[in-house]
Formats: sequence, C-alpha cells, structure tokens
Amino acid sequence: MDLELIAAAGIAVGTILLFAAVGEILAERSGVINLGVEGMMLIGAVVGYATAVSTGNPWLGVVSAMLAGGLLSLLHAIITITFRADQVVSGLALTFLGTGLAAVLGEGLSKAGAISLLPRFSIPLLSEIPVLGRIAFTEQSVLVYVGYLLVPATWYWINRTRPGLHLRSVGEEPAAADALGVSVYATRYRYVFAGGMLAGLAGATITLAVQPGWFGALTVNGRGWIAIGLVIFAQWSPLRAAAGAYLFGAVVQLTLSMQLPPTILGLANPFYQYHPNTFFLEMLPYALVLVALVVGSREATRKRIGAPAALGIPYVRGERGR
Amino acid sequence: MRETPSGIEIPRVSGQTPTAVATQAPAVELRGIVKRFPGVVANDGVDFTLAAGEVHALLGENGAGKSTLVNILDGLYQPDAGEILIEGRPVAFRSPRDAIAAGIGMVHQHFTLVASMTVTENVLIGLDRPRFRLDERRYEAEIGRLAEAHGLRVDPSAKVWQLSVGERQRVEILKVLYRGARVLIMDEPTAVLAPQEIDDLFRTLRSMTEGGRSIVFISHKLGEVLSIADRVTVMRRGKVTAKGLPAAGMTKPDLAQLMVGREVLESLERTWLPPGAVVLSLENVEADGDRGVQVLRGVNLQVRSGEIVGIAAVAGNGQSELAEVISGLRPCHGRIMVGGEDIANLPVRKSIQRGVAHVPEDRTGVGTAPNLSLVDNLIMKRYRSRPIGHGWTIDMGAARAAASELKDSYEISAPSIETQARLLSGGNIQRLILAREIESEPRLMIAVQPTRGLDVGAVEAAHRLLMERRTAGAAILLISEDLDEILTLSDRVAVLYEGRVVGIMDAVDTDVNRIGLLMTGGEIGDTAAEPVAGPGAR
Amino acid sequence: MSLPFTLRLEARLEVSRWLSPALTAGALVVALVVSGLILMVVGADPVRVYLHIVGSSLGSIGAISDTLVKSTPLILTGLACALAFRMRLWNIGAEGQLLLGAWAASAVVLVPLVPAGAPGPIVLAAMLVAGFLGGALWGLIPGVLRAKFGVNEIIATLMLNSIAFAWIQYWVFGPWTEGGFQMSRQFPVEAWLPRLSDLAAAVPAFRGLTVHAGFLLALLAAVVVWFIVERSSWGYEIRLIGDNPRAARYAGIRIARNILLVFAISGGLAGIAGMAEIAGVVHRLQDNFSPGYGYTAIIVAYLAKFHPLRVVPVAILFGALILAGREIQPSGVPAMIQGIILFCLIASEVFLRYRVSVVRPLPVAGAAPGTEP
Repeated sequence: MDLELIAAAGIAVGTILLFAAVGEILAERSGVINLGVEGMMLIGAVVGYATAVSTGNPWLGVVSAMLAGGLLSLLHAIITITFRADQVVSGLALTFLGTGLAAVLGEGLSKAGAISLLPRFSIPLLSEIPVLGRIAFTEQSVLVYVGYLLVPATWYWINRTRPGLHLRSVGEEPAAADALGVSVYATRYRYVFAGGMLAGLAGATITLAVQPGWFGALTVNGRGWIAIGLVIFAQWSPLRAAAGAYLFGAVVQLTLSMQLPPTILGLANPFYQYHPNTFFLEMLPYALVLVALVVGSREATRKRIGAPAALGIPYVRGERGR
Repeated sequence: MRETPSGIEIPRVSGQTPTAVATQAPAVELRGIVKRFPGVVANDGVDFTLAAGEVHALLGENGAGKSTLVNILDGLYQPDAGEILIEGRPVAFRSPRDAIAAGIGMVHQHFTLVASMTVTENVLIGLDRPRFRLDERRYEAEIGRLAEAHGLRVDPSAKVWQLSVGERQRVEILKVLYRGARVLIMDEPTAVLAPQEIDDLFRTLRSMTEGGRSIVFISHKLGEVLSIADRVTVMRRGKVTAKGLPAAGMTKPDLAQLMVGREVLESLERTWLPPGAVVLSLENVEADGDRGVQVLRGVNLQVRSGEIVGIAAVAGNGQSELAEVISGLRPCHGRIMVGGEDIANLPVRKSIQRGVAHVPEDRTGVGTAPNLSLVDNLIMKRYRSRPIGHGWTIDMGAARAAASELKDSYEISAPSIETQARLLSGGNIQRLILAREIESEPRLMIAVQPTRGLDVGAVEAAHRLLMERRTAGAAILLISEDLDEILTLSDRVAVLYEGRVVGIMDAVDTDVNRIGLLMTGGEIGDTAAEPVAGPGAR
Repeated sequence: MSLPFTLRLEARLEVSRWLSPALTAGALVVALVVSGLILMVVGADPVRVYLHIVGSSLGSIGAISDTLVKSTPLILTGLACALAFRMRLWNIGAEGQLLLGAWAASAVVLVPLVPAGAPGPIVLAAMLVAGFLGGALWGLIPGVLRAKFGVNEIIATLMLNSIAFAWIQYWVFGPWTEGGFQMSRQFPVEAWLPRLSDLAAAVPAFRGLTVHAGFLLALLAAVVVWFIVERSSWGYEIRLIGDNPRAARYAGIRIARNILLVFAISGGLAGIAGMAEIAGVVHRLQDNFSPGYGYTAIIVAYLAKFHPLRVVPVAILFGALILAGREIQPSGVPAMIQGIILFCLIASEVFLRYRVSVVRPLPVAGAAPGTEP
C-alpha cells in the first residue's frame, strides 16, 4: 500500500467531486439550490465520452460535456427562477431526467472501445518537492491542475470582486440587490448555468480522465449527491470544498486498496480473508458523508453562519418576507 | 420656526414658496399615473409635483397607494398608464437602475440591507465602480467622508447586523447619497425612530434641501408632516384628494379630514375598572437574542387583570424577544409568573394551556399557515380539546361549525371558510388571528404590532376587540412601535430600553417628551420600580 | 425585436376547484408528448411504445395481475413518501428503508427468529412486524440527524440508501448466500404470502395469477394513512408543520417529536413494502430485487398530491410503467419519462398560484395616455 500513490489517486478522484461541489457552491451562493448534480454529471459524462469517441478529440468532449451540463441546468433555472417552483423537487426531477436521458444517450457506448484521453503530465520543478510534489504534481491529468487553479480563483471571485459582491447580495438579500439595480433573475440564471457547466465538467473528468469508460449510471455512482453533501460541509467556501473533496477522494482510494493485500500492518486483512467484508468498505464513503453533514450542520448552528439567507426561496419583486 | 414633537425648533428656509417654484422646472412631475394589481387599483390617475429644493409630504393612511406611487418613481414598478417627468424631461424607468441613474434615491420603510455584509459593501452593491477588484479600505474611507459631510454617524466597516435601527437608516441614506441622488424618497422613515432620532433625521433632511435636493416624505403621522413639510399631497384609496397644498397654516384636523374624509381622531370607550389581581409578573427576566447577544437584561413588570400595559420602545431594544419569552418561543432566565405559576421555559403548549394568547408580529410568517384553509387556521389553538378534538381524532364537522361562527362574528371577509389563508387581505388575516386568540378567552394577551400596515377600518376593529377583552378582565401586554397607539389604548406605559424597563407611568397624564427621552436612554436610573397600584383617573 | 406586448405572472386571487385536476391532467399530456418526441429522436416509435405499455399491463387478466403485483410495493412506498412530504420532510430514503425491511423480514426466516416449522400466519406476522421495524429504524436515523442536528435529510437518506444496498449485498454474498450466488436460499412455504393462484384448485380462473396478499395490505395501509392525515390530530399537526413550521411552533406543536414519528412511520411503511416483495414475489432475499421502487414512489407521491387514497391509482399506473418498462429499449426511457412527468407537474403547479396576463407597454410620453389594459 503505497500511501503516496493512494494520495495522488485520491486527488484525481477528488477533483471530480471538487468541480461538482464548486459549481453547486456558485449556484447556492446566488440563492438557488440545485439537487440535480447527479443527473448533470451523468449527462456531462456521457456527452463528453460520446463526443470524444466520435470526434477522437477529448477536448471537444470536455467542451460538449460542459455545454450539456449547462443546458440541463437551464431547465432547472427556468422552472425555479422564472416559474418560481419549488427548488428541491425540481432538482430531484432533474436527477431523474438526467439519469434516464444519460442512459438513453449512452446506449451502446460501453462497447465503444478505447479512446484518447486528456493528457497527463507532471509539472517541472513543483513535482520535485518532496512528498507533496509526488502526490500533487506528478503524472496527474490536466484537469487536476485546472482544479488547483479553479479553487483560489473561485474564492477570489466570490469574496474580493465586484461581481462576487453582487453574487453574495443576491443570495443573502435579493430585495436589497434588486432595489440597487442588480438583476436578481439574470444573476441567478448565470450562476446556475455555471454550476451546470462545472457539473458537466465533473462528469467529463470521470469518463475522459480519471475513470475512463461508460458504465451507465454506475459511472457517477452517487458522487453527485456526495458533492452536495460536501457543499454543506464546506460551509459554502470553495477552499473548504477542495479540502473535503481531496480528503474524501483519498479515503475512497484507501478503502479500495485495503481490499487487496493479504496483511495490513502485520495483521491479517479481513477484507482479503472474507470477501463479503469488502461491502463494509463500500459503505464507508457514504458514512463519511453523513459525518461530514453532521459536522457541517453543527458548525453552522454554532457559529450562526451557514447557508446564504435567501437559499431556496424564489424571488418575487414586491413580495416582502417569505 | 416650527416645532418638532420634542419641542426643538428647526428653522425653515424661506423663499421656497409655491409661487417662486413656478420659475424653475419641478424636480419631479407625475401625470395621470395608473397602476393596477390583482384585485385592486392602487393608483387611479394620480398627479404629483415635487418642486426643486422642497420637502413634500405624501400623506395617506395604509393602503392609500402612496408606496405604490413612489415605487413607480423608483423604478421598481412600471405604471400601466401615465407619464413621469424629471426636471421637465419625460422618462421611462424599466428598473431601479434607470431611476438611480436619473438621480432618484429611495429609502425604503423596510430596509433592504444585507445583514451579513459591512456598511461599505452594502453601499457598493449595484454600482459599476469598482470595475473588478474590491478595495475595501479605499471605499471605506470614501464613504466615511461622505457620512461625515452630512452628519450621519455610522462606522463604514461595521457589519450591518451589529447596527441599531437608526444607524441602519443612515446606511440607507448613505446608499442614495453615494449615488448622487437629487431626489430623495423617504418611505415612513420615522416609524422605527425615537423622538430624538426623529429630530436628527429632520435636521439631516433640511441640510439636504439646502444643498438643492428635493425630498418626498411619506407618512401617515400628521404631527410630523406639519413639522417638516413645505407642501402636502394627500391620497385616499388610490386617488389624490389634495394636491400640493402649502403646509403652513394647516392643522391636524384639516389633514385628517383630507385623509379619511372625517374626523379621524379615535374615540375609544374606556371604562374605569378597579385594579384586578396580578396576572403576569416578570421577575428579572434575562434572555439572549438571535445573534447570541443578551437583549433582555433583567425585566421586571406586572400586568393586572383588566388593564392594558403598553411597551414603548425603539425597535431593537428587546420588545420582540420579550413577547417570545412570555409565549414560550424563546428560552430565558428569571421567572415568568402567570396566575401564580412560573411558565418560563415551559413548552409553548403549556403557556397556551395556562391561558396565554399571543398575537404575533409576523402575521403571515408565524401567525397563519398560508396554504391551509380558514378552518385549519382558526382551530390552531383548540384542536386538542373538545368539542373539536376527541382524543386522537378531530371532528371536522365541529371545526367547520366553529369556523363559520367566528368568520361571521369577527367579520372576516373571505369567499368561504375553506379559502386558503394567503388569499386574505392583511386586515382580514389580523381579524382571523384576533378571532382565534380571543376565542380561547385568555387571561393574558400579548399583542405585538397588532395594527401595523392595516387600514383605518381594521385598526379600529382591532382596537375595539382589545378594549373588549380588557373589559372582560384579561390582562393585555401591548407592544407597538406606534406611540400614538400605545397612548390611546394603554392604562399604563412601560418604557423598554436596552432590555430593561426604565420607566413606568400612567398613560393619561404622561409627558410624551419624557417617554421619548426614556426610549433613547436618557434619565436612566429612576422609576424602574413598580408604582403602588391605584385607580387611574380618567 | 420587440413584441407588441409582454407576458407577466400575476398572483391568482381565487382558486377554483377544477383548476388543480385540470392542470395535473394537462401536465401529464405535455409530459407524454415531450417523452414521445424524445423517443422519436432516439429512433423508437412512441405510439408503439405507449400501446405496448397499455397492452402489457392491462391487456389480459394475467397482465392486470402482474400490474397489481408491481404496484403493491409502489403503493406502500408511495404512502411512505406522501406522509413524509406532507410535512415537507423529503424522505428520499424509501428505497433503503424498503431494503432494510426486507432484510429484517428475511432474518425472521433465515436466522431463524421464529422456530422452523411454525405455522404460516405466525411466521408471516413476525415478518410483517420485523419488516415494519427494520424500515422504521432505518428511517429514524435520518430523523434523528435532522431533528437533533438539523442535517439535510435529502442527502442523509440518499447516503443511507447506498449503505443499505451494500448491507444487503454483504448478507446475500456472505452469511446467507446460497452457493455463492447473490441470493439467499428460498424461503419455506410458511413464509410465502398467499396468492390468488393458491386458490386455483377451487377457482380455475385464478391459475397463474401471482397477485398476493401484500396488495390487500397495501390497500389497508392506504386507508390507515388517510385516516391519520385527514382525521387525526396528529395529521393536523403534520399538515401544519408542512405548511409553516414557524406557525406550528407558535401553536405549541413539538416539531422534533413529529419529525421522528413521521420518519419512523414512513420508514416502516417502506419496510413493509420490502417484506411484501420478498414474501410475496421472490421468496428469498436477493441482490437488486427492487427496480427502484423507492425512487419511483417519489413521483407517485407527487402526482397523488400527497393524498393517501390517490396514491393507489397512481401507483397502479406506475406499476404498469415499470412492468412494461423492463422490455423497453433503451433502458433509460422509463426513468426519463418519470423525470419529465415530475417536471411538467411542478411547472403546472405554478399556474395554481399565478396566472399569465398580457400587458401592453406604456405608451411613449407625449402620446395620449391611458391606452390600456
């Protein structure tokens, strides 16, 4: 069990969660909760893969995946922002739709054969840092490095720029933003779309970089929901989301590798000895998310911070209060 | 020279008579404005002219259409018909952005501030500068200078949730000044201020008009209108009943006549009652607010059967939390004795059982279930007991019968008892809540802002019901921002300041100025003790 | 491009009684049309697909019986969801609660918790109780998390679904496995819910009809839940909390207690669905025996507007869809149709609260004012 390899794999897997979580953070900061992440990731995964298969160009796959995720999210945006329908149910409907649509579009794709993936490389100089260099900057997919850049960029955007100020105001007190001329509807549409694009990117990260291939709904396997849980754990901060995503990825990789060797630390490996025990390892990621949810929720109550104040509430000009 | 409520004189700038105005294009002119909402014509052919450099009061009772009119001027609504002219040029505002660009600035009645952000951030929302990067320090300094120039005391780096109500209003004013507003619209700005803060505000408004700005001042308070306005326009039921009359020489009865078409000064029947037993006794009650800061710092108060005690306080001094601890919605320290039993920190159900009724501040957010029917809303406090509740089941027939009866006797106007509560008007929702709370024949009623936003008819009905309850022997704790209402209804007035009762006096021979002083922290240290109960002379 | 008018959403003042069913029907029609379009895009013939669905579910007595079999767990999980959703508790975990109920009922037979050879009614009663308890306990976990820590129940129940899935896999691949295949041994006959075909000796027409006593259980449950929601004081509390939790608190209702109770009952209902599936249909515990009943139940509950009695016909409708859906290619179509139906439903609800009005814009200043509307 090479811990460095596990950590490096963890970062790669965590990048998937990272893109989805950051996308959802952007949407939720504007006040719209989009539970359709799983469906958008699946659509991104299948569209990206299919495009790469048919054109031979994985970059086109990435672009098409992001567009597909964004388009799907627009459906949610129209229903919840313009039609002011319930955001929770709309997100659930989006998941159903995305899952089913992805299965339909992906029919026959699993037999497609090998495709060219996105490039993987190491970053010179940085990859020579002891330990950290080998984990974070050696032989990682280009999308992993994109993830490294995305996190601080998103943080900066939200907290230190004028558009970020408008984003936050729309999510906290849309009446205030509206009265000062910020278009609440347009802002929310923009960030829901951005969230959709990032979810699509997350899907493409799976099929074109980290775990290539199309396996139906198993391709995403609940990671969209885990990403939403991460948003709560992250207290709507991109930095914490990154930490949570990478940590999560590392734990998942650890549990995977724990199944193989005959002994761990000198003790007989129970997962090697009795194969059904590995099902408990499968439960571990989901149990972890539960723990993360409890931690995140308790912290929010304690610090009296938490979700953007207007999250989940449709905005109607002139209507006061809830 | 004119007098403000607290007796301070504010010099009026001379020369701004209506005739002098005619030589200059009016700052704002609204012609023939029509605006309809589902079920109501809010503005029905309204004309309004604001001269340059004047303070023009827009007067009318709740529901007259004043807010709608200024929201049109502010760009929040688009009129269905009519014209808007700014300094003689016709304009069309498609959104608040256009209005701001034209120099219109509105200070709303309900502040639109993001509580979790700083003053500076709130001021900067919606602007095109800074282009991208947010340099907080530089803008804090800039806004600090602007505030000082206009005598507005507020810390630009403070988070809004830390500010008092008066300070928040100053932030709202800063927002419009920073955007170069030439026309300011103040929507009921004094509703949340103590008398001394009102004087500060009027001074600020005057200095702005001297700087060439024009102000629209919306109010339903006749005394304030007379002290600050140059001219008055009165609206009633969507129409203008008096256009641009000079305020000089008018009296309150004149204005009242224009507002509602009759003498409006309320005459309530108040019967003298011998002092009853103490029903509610608060002993050293302490409690924390939502932000974890202590808001009640040892409240001592008694309310007797057959009396109304009014709590006079500026918003944010603990009165909302006081209502919540008594009704069981908030934990506290200390004792809350009702009928000899300590109900502090007991579950809400227990205080309801002990005969405590609560008319909440938030009618639609707390007091009713909007999508449920009138029946469901009316049985909210009685569904566990006969004749409606039988053990685990509910007798819907009995529930419907009871609801029908309440609907008739309290004159709740609605298509049927199955109508959803959210479809009712504000006044009818309040009738529903009062019907429900009074029907349980409580011995203690806590009424919080019972007539906020209601039209005159509903206000009278609510006051009448409260008085009837008083006569029937209930003890009533009245919490209201409207000092007039407190003085009209209460037998005694208790002033709450920073979470303590700083003064208690009989309502009838009280000095409004003294109450105002106590409300804003003057005279701390005396009369915190309960006076010996004696017959209140009427 | 500027239109001579704009559309605006205005709050609706009155809601006439026929509006809601009309909107639901309209939404269904739109959903079917949209699904049909998508089917055409992927190369299937929508009319043939829809006719196939109708035929294979209602075309014969046997088909109807099969439909009812598929709708039994849907009624129960649909009730579970409807109950919880009425209180705005988004129990997405009906699938996991169904699995745990099945597991607990299997334990009665496989451990065994009731001595082997005990008479059928005793075994089945024990399985029923175990199924309810299994689902209820699994439902209490997210209930406690929500009531005590304020944890979002949507994600919590979803995570628990995945954990439940792995839990079943452990037992059917592990301690209870039959020859290493992903199933347990078959249950003895005492643990089988009686079916119509059991009476084939007396009534030849019943030969081959697999509809089982679980269907009756489901109908009974629907009546019980209806009574709870509409006629009991607890149901009143649920409806009040669901509409406005702050008002419920103000009225003295203890919200945390209700969260726990509703999650327990909701989970228990789903647990019974699990028990009915394994005791009435597969007669063993096996991997992946549920084609997502707990998820389809969400749409069933929504389409039934959370009304317990309406859940029954809606569940039968979706039972037909699931039955026929097994044969539809591509395999994602039923899920897609379900998503489209849900979307159309929530979009249609908007028109309950708002209506579309046509507004002519303000005439240019200088022209005669007061054109209309």
